[in-house]
Amino acid sequence: MTFSLLSAATHGSATPAWAMLAYLVAGVFFILALRGLSSPASSRAGNRNGMVGMAIAVGTTLVMHGTNLVEIGIAIAIGAVLGVTIARRIAMTAMPELVAGFHSLVGLAAVVVGLAAWLNPAAFGITDAAGQIIAVSRVELGLGIAIGAITFSGSVIAFLKLSGRMSGSPILLPGRHVINLGTLVAILALIGAYTLSGAGGAGEGQLVIWIAVLAFAIGFLLIIPIGGADMPVVVSMLNSYSGWAAAAMGFTLGNTAMIITGALVGSSGAILSYIMCRAMNRSFISVIAGGFGADAGAGGAGGAREQRPYKQGSAEDAAYMLEQAEKVIIIPGYGMAVAQAQHALREMADKLKEKGVEVKYAIHPVAGRMPGHMNVLLAEASVPYDEVFELEDINSEFAQCDVAFIIGANDVVNPAAKTDKSSPIYGMPVFDVDKAKQVFFIKRSMGGVGYAGVDNDVFYMNQTVMLLADAKKMVEDIVKALD
Amino acid sequence: MDFIAILSIFVLACFVGYYVVWSVTPALHTPLMAVTNAISSVIIVGALIAAAEAENPVAKYLALAGVVMASINIFGGFAVTERMLAMYKKKEK
Repeated sequence: MTFSLLSAATHGSATPAWAMLAYLVAGVFFILALRGLSSPASSRAGNRNGMVGMAIAVGTTLVMHGTNLVEIGIAIAIGAVLGVTIARRIAMTAMPELVAGFHSLVGLAAVVVGLAAWLNPAAFGITDAAGQIIAVSRVELGLGIAIGAITFSGSVIAFLKLSGRMSGSPILLPGRHVINLGTLVAILALIGAYTLSGAGGAGEGQLVIWIAVLAFAIGFLLIIPIGGADMPVVVSMLNSYSGWAAAAMGFTLGNTAMIITGALVGSSGAILSYIMCRAMNRSFISVIAGGFGADAGAGGAGGAREQRPYKQGSAEDAAYMLEQAEKVIIIPGYGMAVAQAQHALREMADKLKEKGVEVKYAIHPVAGRMPGHMNVLLAEASVPYDEVFELEDINSEFAQCDVAFIIGANDVVNPAAKTDKSSPIYGMPVFDVDKAKQVFFIKRSMGGVGYAGVDNDVFYMNQTVMLLADAKKMVEDIVKALD
Repeated sequence: MDFIAILSIFVLACFVGYYVVWSVTPALHTPLMAVTNAISSVIIVGALIAAAEAENPVAKYLALAGVVMASINIFGGFAVTERMLAMYKKKEK
């Protein structure tokens, strides 16, 4: 009796109570999947929970809708082969673009599901007695398609920028804020019109298509003005969008697994965006407005920088100082990823540890091109995770450390963030490397400045020795010199 | 399910997400993105329903394309997360 009551509560085609419970269980497994990531020790069990949840959700759906199973099986098999192949082959340094690419697929899948529900609403149980899609479902469908389309085109641009297929520098259209706002308003107006279009004349289909087209356009327009260093925020934001798209579809289908997942993923991406913005002391709005890094060199330190004296050292100098040290803190940045220097770096750390030097790694939240990027690369190079520390946990230790070893990072050690109010990175939390007794700074040349386009006083400090070379080559030379 | 019931689940799940994600260690933020990507492909449920109930070939192949895309994400997302997590090791004592 209660079962039939439960199913009677669903609109349109009734989802049986057992299935609703199964979807709820799947949702709980997804929560456990994220919960597992609170520590590396429990993380793999967490990932398995995610797989179990997914199996339950897919299995339940297939049991309830048991037609066309062969074609569906083939489609899943194709996806499985492609997905696993990509996952196995991808280089760890390419993780940011892989994640962006995956986001684009979620977005496109959301658009496809939305269109499918619009074409065949009865199958999804979203019709009223007259066979028309009910108003609430129209809002959900419209939003789902729009968010999915934005996620798709935005992620494609992020993918192209991160993989270097498109320049990472911002592309600024004149009047872009007006164009963007206008497009957003138009999308919302179209969703409104679609909701109210009721009786569904010939124009109705066009409304849905236009929602999708404009949303594809806005995703593209929103991401092209955003520069490479702001990509951690963009990737997190698109992560969030893919969640909201899933949630909107979950509303349409009345599916708890999708709603719970959508809420989890949506919050996750939003929190990561917030953490990244906070770590750069920038507002979310200013990141989304784009253009950061466009006028590198013109702002901040002023156009023509005066030549200031700096000390340059060799691998042998660095090796000598490093082995004399008691405590070394290594600060990796995006340059380490580009040079693929993480393995050589770990070798260097091993050599130093053999000589009784304490070695720690310090990671800034925005180091690299996505949240946690440096941690994955160090893990790949078999650096134990208990030697790797976050900014706030290690920053007080620079005063007691003998050598701060900066490899491929720049803005995250720039003291201008603490002192120079006119600097574009003012207020950003940075490592206090100026407190270390000795600083080694691996940099390709003195010419390039950090992403923010600001000169860095650390280069010219008394205790700083610049190691001007490719990061991997330099670290390998230091390893040789340590023998 | 009526709209208010679904909305309640959604709002509560947002709070669960908020607390669970803040407890994720920053070292695992990249795997977090990979695994959230995999689970958000639960959207495959919609594609499966559409593929199973399609009334014409266009709708069916559209839905099947959705199934392929979501499957790439599910298998790829979980596999790459597994691969990353396997690399995180503690110091050998």
